[in-house]
Amino acid sequence: MSSGITGFGAYIPQARLQRAVIAEANAWFDAGLKSLGRGQRSMCNWDEDAITMGVEAAADCLAGFDGYAPESLYFASTTFPFLDRQNSVVLTEALDLPRQVQAMDVSASQRAATSALLALLQGERGGMVVASEHRRAKAGSRAEMLWGDAAAAVATGGGPVLAEFLGGESLATDFVDHYRGGEFDYDWEERWIRDEGYLKIVPEAVDRLLGNCRVEAGDITHFILPTDQARTPPAVAKRLGIDPGAIVDNHAATVGVAGAAQPLLLLAKTLESAKPGDLILLTGFGQGCDALLFRATDAVSGFKPARGVAGTLAAGREETNYSKFLAFNNLIERDIGKRGETDKQTYLSGYNRRRDLVTSFAGGKCRECGTVQIPREKYCVNPDCNALDSQDSYSFADKQGVVLTWTADRLTFDWSPPAYFGMVQFDGGGKLMMDFTEVCEGGIDSGSRISVHFRIRQFDPQRGFRKYFWKARILD
Amino acid sequence: MAEGIKDKVVILGMGCSKFGERWDASPSDLMVEAFEECLTDAGIERGEIEAAWFGAGIDAFHVGASAMPMAIALRLNYIPVTKVENMCATGTEAFRGAVYAVASGACDIALALGVEKLKDTGYGGLPQRSRGVENDMYWPNLSAPGAFAQLATGYRARHRLNKQDLKRAMAHVSVKSHANGARNPKAHLRREITEQQAIDAPFIAEPIGLYDCCGVSDGSACAIVTTPEIARSLGKEHLVSVKALQLAVSNGTESSHESWDGSYLKTTRIAAQRAYDEAGVRKPAQEISMTEVHDCFSITELVTMEDLQLAEEGKGVTAVLDGNFDAEGKLPCQIDGGLKCFGHPIGASGLRMIYENYLQLQDRAGPRQLADPKLGLNHNLGGFPHQNICSISMIGHL
Repeated sequence: MSSGITGFGAYIPQARLQRAVIAEANAWFDAGLKSLGRGQRSMCNWDEDAITMGVEAAADCLAGFDGYAPESLYFASTTFPFLDRQNSVVLTEALDLPRQVQAMDVSASQRAATSALLALLQGERGGMVVASEHRRAKAGSRAEMLWGDAAAAVATGGGPVLAEFLGGESLATDFVDHYRGGEFDYDWEERWIRDEGYLKIVPEAVDRLLGNCRVEAGDITHFILPTDQARTPPAVAKRLGIDPGAIVDNHAATVGVAGAAQPLLLLAKTLESAKPGDLILLTGFGQGCDALLFRATDAVSGFKPARGVAGTLAAGREETNYSKFLAFNNLIERDIGKRGETDKQTYLSGYNRRRDLVTSFAGGKCRECGTVQIPREKYCVNPDCNALDSQDSYSFADKQGVVLTWTADRLTFDWSPPAYFGMVQFDGGGKLMMDFTEVCEGGIDSGSRISVHFRIRQFDPQRGFRKYFWKARILD
Repeated sequence: MAEGIKDKVVILGMGCSKFGERWDASPSDLMVEAFEECLTDAGIERGEIEAAWFGAGIDAFHVGASAMPMAIALRLNYIPVTKVENMCATGTEAFRGAVYAVASGACDIALALGVEKLKDTGYGGLPQRSRGVENDMYWPNLSAPGAFAQLATGYRARHRLNKQDLKRAMAHVSVKSHANGARNPKAHLRREITEQQAIDAPFIAEPIGLYDCCGVSDGSACAIVTTPEIARSLGKEHLVSVKALQLAVSNGTESSHESWDGSYLKTTRIAAQRAYDEAGVRKPAQEISMTEVHDCFSITELVTMEDLQLAEEGKGVTAVLDGNFDAEGKLPCQIDGGLKCFGHPIGASGLRMIYENYLQLQDRAGPRQLADPKLGLNHNLGGFPHQNICSISMIGHL
């Protein structure tokens, strides 16, 4: 059986910061930013990061299968919230995957995701690669305008192959176009990166790959070269002899270039419109190059992702508050008030006891009376039952529900006031008071329908920790 | 079958500090202020107190743990002192402890005192604080207004009310309490407000606006209780006795079981019925003369009136707007100004409410004295609508 891509998913944060407001705020310092002042970039809400977006993309990917549990989960990012706490394992628990899954973080390069995908496709086990990036650039930089936050996931097992893997090549060379030794990237001149980097390194890997696969460059239908340099993909395509019409747009002015997530995001986007027989050349650039070649199968035309790139791209909300972007990305120090000073420590032993609730969003279903409940306690909550230890684990992560009560709290501390929260009644049973995220003013009432999402609940800046939990979002 | 508490214990004396932003007063100062009034009223010496219950709500911003802060502040004579905390029902819990001790015969004279120093936080509103190791992992970061605002949305959805009608009734609740508080020298907020001011005030937690919230104050209140026989032997007349003392504590049903829709206070309904049974009250709306209920927010008072069977279910808005609970209404509520104007020093509130009914029953309430009151009800609600503690005490002529 041939290996290849069997499914995919994507997630782009709803908020799309208008680039005009970035230009307007910063052109006093760098007039050149005005030339980028059209279009938009995606922007994480305050409670989103590489992990939460990764969960969204992975869930979208898995929703395309009927109960597929990947044997491996590789998680690629250069903006993991934790340097030493396996971020991919948080994903596996949020996705409620079996504990036997081989989970691994892949990082430190813009080609982390293509390297992970290559390793997975060349290995014996099927699985899923998730790539996610919450990009961090200095205020007023070109990168701030050109980059965006996003995540994507691709699966290599569990179903019919949508794109057959024809071969892959890797090239390692310590070409330092940029690096991150501290908080922000430091880069070198763009033209040098193009001429000495992309135009020399990518062709070397691709030539070898196409030669091994006996494919002519002119036959490539989709050419993915992730970069924030607008002119580089055409230049590289020309050097390789690839039809310029095959170049997959990096959507710098609609989403922004999503770093390590960009290759998989563009691959997912390509698969949404690919026709059987299309040849897809995927590359990843960074201290060398990965090149992977796929041929779309007949199955691709019948495949519809649960949400996919088109779906998440369309679910945008215009954001015009640049100050909010700076605050959400910790680029300015805000006065958060005395209520924000409360200690946010996580007691790790307590967290460990409640991981099923906090990370997997599992409650219980009583075997005696059938009552669904969350949180799961020792005694059943049904006053007519109260049976002891009678509950099986019951997942709420895929459930929808309805708002019973709600408020917009302007007194309590919240990173984006007012804090919306209220009581949710889940379809199929279970009730919980929970936070609502990304509520538009006037967009909530008793009776509103909701879905649930894994989000950041609190930051503990004193100890470099962050808490996650599930929040409700109003369904459109 | 237990007989209940009715008429077994009487109030020998009570005291209440001035409530307010008492920047210059420590918790000890507040305790002594209430205690001195109480001792004088009771007509006994400190050394005659045999046991005491001490209520204080939020330790982190307050006196610290244990019963020692009260024993030290009042220089109690190495008697047993018990610290109690049960959220906003704390003051009533202290009272319950003292009353039960006397009723059991364990002691003849007992003291209950509650105190709270809320104005040492550096900001307005109740202190932001941890909800506990496990709850902090998944509870919304809800403030008290945020919690009770949901009672408004739940009540509005259940009874299909429009926002404006409910908001107007909520405003009326606050206007009435401000009018009452203006006549009370011990109240914190002593300014009358208009309905329009209340409606136009900025939201704290939608739909709760600034004037829908009670004040935040420092204060202390206390009671000395004994048996009717001892009170008479001390020459006391016009005795005020305890008719009922009830407590209902949420067990998770409201928060996790679909039988509760967020539109009412289940614990209040349960505690009220138990209290009426204990006091022998059959027709609460006719037999009760006055109420001090837990008006932490205007919506809480409105819904509580239904849950106490003093307004028909779903008709709270009409009952409030008809003036039923105004000073001149059929059943005056918060005749002293309530939490609205006294603020809510958590440990003290329950005892402060009993203090007002005690004064009214002894015809000592000055310009706000009601005509011939016979039975007063005090109600506290600690926590949140979906998870709370309700205490109800009733006192009346012996």
